[in-house]
Amino acid sequence: MSYSITEPSSRQKWIAGGLVIAYAILTLLPLAWIIATGFKTPADAIAYPPKVLFTPSLEGYVNLFTSRSRVTPEDLAALGPPTTWYDSIVRQYDMVITGASRYGERFLNSVIIGFGSTFLSVFLGTIAAYAFSRFKVPLKDDLLFFILSTRMMPPIAVAIPIFLMYRQLGLSDTHLGMILLYTAVNLSLSVWLLKGFIDEIPIEYEEAALIDGYTRFQAFYKVVLPQAATGIASTAIFCLIFAWNEYAFAVLLTSGTAQTAPPFIPTIIGAGGKDWPAVAAGATLFLLPIMVFTILLRKHLLRGITFGAVRK
Amino acid sequence: MAQIVIKSLRKEFGAFTAVQSSSFTIEDGEFFMLLGPSGCGKTTTLRMIAGLELPTAGEIFIDGTEVSQKPASQRDIAFVFQMFALYPHMNVRKNISYPLVSQGMKRDQVRAKVNEVAEILGITSILEKPVGGLSGGDRQRVALGRAIVRDPACFLMDEPLGALDAEFREHMALELRALHDRMRATTVYVTHDQLEAMQMGDKIVVMNHGVVEQFGRPQEIYDWPATTFVARFIGSPAMNLLNFDGMVGNGSTQVTLSDAAIKIPPMISGASGPLTLGVRPEHIRLDDAAPLKARIKAAEYLGTTQIITLDTPHGPVKARIASDQPATIGDTTGLAFDPRSITLFDPTGHALISEANQKVLSHG
Ligand SMILES: Nc1ncnc2c1ncn2[C@@H]1O[C@H](COP(=O)(O)OP(=O)(O)O)[C@@H](O)[C@H]1O
Ligand SMILES: [Mg+2]
Repeated sequence: MSYSITEPSSRQKWIAGGLVIAYAILTLLPLAWIIATGFKTPADAIAYPPKVLFTPSLEGYVNLFTSRSRVTPEDLAALGPPTTWYDSIVRQYDMVITGASRYGERFLNSVIIGFGSTFLSVFLGTIAAYAFSRFKVPLKDDLLFFILSTRMMPPIAVAIPIFLMYRQLGLSDTHLGMILLYTAVNLSLSVWLLKGFIDEIPIEYEEAALIDGYTRFQAFYKVVLPQAATGIASTAIFCLIFAWNEYAFAVLLTSGTAQTAPPFIPTIIGAGGKDWPAVAAGATLFLLPIMVFTILLRKHLLRGITFGAVRK
Repeated sequence: MAQIVIKSLRKEFGAFTAVQSSSFTIEDGEFFMLLGPSGCGKTTTLRMIAGLELPTAGEIFIDGTEVSQKPASQRDIAFVFQMFALYPHMNVRKNISYPLVSQGMKRDQVRAKVNEVAEILGITSILEKPVGGLSGGDRQRVALGRAIVRDPACFLMDEPLGALDAEFREHMALELRALHDRMRATTVYVTHDQLEAMQMGDKIVVMNHGVVEQFGRPQEIYDWPATTFVARFIGSPAMNLLNFDGMVGNGSTQVTLSDAAIKIPPMISGASGPLTLGVRPEHIRLDDAAPLKARIKAAEYLGTTQIITLDTPHGPVKARIASDQPATIGDTTGLAFDPRSITLFDPTGHALISEANQKVLSHG
């Protein structure tokens, strides 16, 4: 079989473009549906046949961020006219806003735990990978294999021991506990990915820096780190995506103070309330940070993933 | 500016000995070549001088100070790496400034110094460019710039021209040598190319399997090799080595090969058994009257001279003779050697001392 290195014909380009678009539609459709549902009224959200065109409403978002209680029409009338736009939305259903919901807190927990564990995984991963790459470490290969072996079963397989251990140590439902857990899970990936990236950086750069009068640490910091930026960025994205989306451990180990958004979002649906727009709104907002993070680091990510294949 | 003295330097990597008890002296301002085939320990030796590798044993003196255990940054040396090692995330100016910034030099001083160096190397126009797109020659110049900007006591260069193509190498070699002649900084230069070493070096150390085979001026090494390895490694074509059984002693002035008496320089040391006679191709004449007979196998025309390959009972021989001298392939002729330029080697491959090579070989 021979491969053509000539410019693809315009028909080939059309077919390739068509396939890409078809695939994009396929993967983006559920996402679009979630985003749309977030702007529907509860009635529109469960309408059958499903509504593609609808009047947008912010009800989902209002419900997401508030807690409300039902009052009698008489009491409602006694309250006087609604003072804000979200008040008026809520009052259509004979409800009043009694305070903020927990979504904000849970979201913040996700940010703290997600980014905290990502930072820790990448930080520890970078220095461990540097050591494995540059120094004579006794039993290096065995240690690296051991580190990888922690990912040879699904992390959830050790859920029960971790649950018991965390209860004993007082780490259940704490930010620290969740950060440590996600760091532990991500670290092996991080060490292995980063070691590959650091291995690719010629050691001469550091030696040149040593001769130029820098200390070993300065050489690491000023020469190795900038060149490992691509690898660090792509590793960070992988770690963040895992920690951000992790559900099973979050359900098991958090319930209050340190609960992250993933276990919280399904509870929004409420008892019998079927508040799908609020759930969709919660999911939509939850997607945003990781989308922004990924888009910001996209250039690095693409280069990072193809690193081994098309270096330079 | 510095003198570098290497004393019984040794480096082991586990069970493997990369450099065995090397000793030599590099004088202040010298352009010094570390020459040897790939894997013989040149880079390792250079890295020990630089402080990137710690010796297993031995001493290194830079200007009288023992530095073998000091970190690289305290030795006041500059290293030009085989692959240049330019920082890819910095432009040319930043690359050259880097060693100065580490010393905490003021910004406008750095600027001025870098401009000056760029001027010397003719790279002023590319100062603000990223190093990624530079040609091999320009990368080489930038690497040199980074080395000379600091005015170090000495330069260490590990095959700095190895990454360039042949045509450009020659040009850069001249440029490098001219630069050295202007700056007169002690330079240690690693190469596996004997021609490069002969052309550029003030002095040469020839290494093989981690052992220093010989150390001296190019002409001395060329004329009076200390070992058969050096004889074979230097010169193109290399020195002819004819094997014969015989015996020489103090005062001997001739040896016998296939019943032909060959005059040699008066010997001072002696040996017996399987000996080797070394003679350069340009010191052989084809003379039908000479008693040592050989058959002409090939002739290679090189302009004013030609290289004739001959078969003798003692091994093949190459002779460099004038192009106009007739040589017919298949003919048998006699070989006459210039008696003043013959070296004899003992059964272990070491040169025997004669009145001719005594001066060169007795110092090492
Ligand atoms: N860090 C090292 N660990 C083990 N062996 C090494 C190391 N560095 C060099 N060597 C070995 O030492 C020998 C000499 O290497 P080197 O000094 O690089 O040779 P050269 O520069 O003359 O080609 C080689 O056989 C090489 O494999
Ligand atoms: Mg080398």
